[in-house]
Amino acid sequence: MKARVHVMLKNGVLDPQGEAVRHALGAMGFAGVEGVRQGKVIELDLAEGATEADVTQMCEKLLANTVIESYTVEIA
Amino acid sequence: MRAAVVVFPGSNCDRDLAVAFEQAGADVTMVWHKDSSLPGGIDIVGIPGGFSYGDYLRCGAIAAQSPICQSVAAHADRGGYVLGVCNGFQVLTETGLLPGALLRNAGLKYICKTVGLKVETSASDFTNGYNAGDVIDIPIAHHDGNYFADAETIATLKGEDRIAFAYTDNPNGAQDDIAGILSHNRRVLGMMPHPERAADAGHGGTDGVALFRALAGALTTA
Repeated sequence: MKARVHVMLKNGVLDPQGEAVRHALGAMGFAGVEGVRQGKVIELDLAEGATEADVTQMCEKLLANTVIESYTVEIA
Repeated sequence: MRAAVVVFPGSNCDRDLAVAFEQAGADVTMVWHKDSSLPGGIDIVGIPGGFSYGDYLRCGAIAAQSPICQSVAAHADRGGYVLGVCNGFQVLTETGLLPGALLRNAGLKYICKTVGLKVETSASDFTNGYNAGDVIDIPIAHHDGNYFADAETIATLKGEDRIAFAYTDNPNGAQDDIAGILSHNRRVLGMMPHPERAADAGHGGTDGVALFRALAGALTTA
């Protein structure tokens, strides 16, 4: 089983890296980019028997810091 | 005062922190991250600056799950003292011993310079060598020192007088200029600036000495 975890900074948490990317896109002439948020994708290869609940535990305990980040889990 | 300084792969201020404790009169034991317990009789654990585990995933996130950090949390739960500096502060927020989180600096740059810090409270065994309102000069050296917490947490920190130090000229975007905070029982301090780098005349400043002396005074008979 494969799982893909998307981790993003929560809304309301400043994302200076996303802002820098937005500025760069504007400077390159791409008009109309009103906001950029940068997150990360973590892919997990899981042995048989692992469950989505296991992945949720991994997110809560390590993969995301829920003080500042939200996450979603996709099971492939 | 008996101090333990934790060493992670990537720690780089561990010796500096140990020397600052020693100069204040402490017996210091270095503790490896894979150790599962602290030596007996430790009064204070120092978590040093550096780049534990290469800052992979998030600063301090992997260190917070290391075997020794379980013992550090148990030590804090028993009322033991903990000082986390820079990466050590990040580790303490990741373990949940202190609230909030440290984000990338608002200006995206790594900043290495001496900054002014206002002592916000002298009511702790870390800060009672200063007077509230004193401005001291302490170096910072970080890329992720932008303190963030939700409004409720900030209100709690203020209401409980738990903001230990605030920047006089905010270098990193930290909420409410916060540079260092105390735990509810005031025995855990996390701070981004490095008092151990202002602890000897050779450092160019000694404003950090009072912090280590205050600890030594409080913990001598503990």
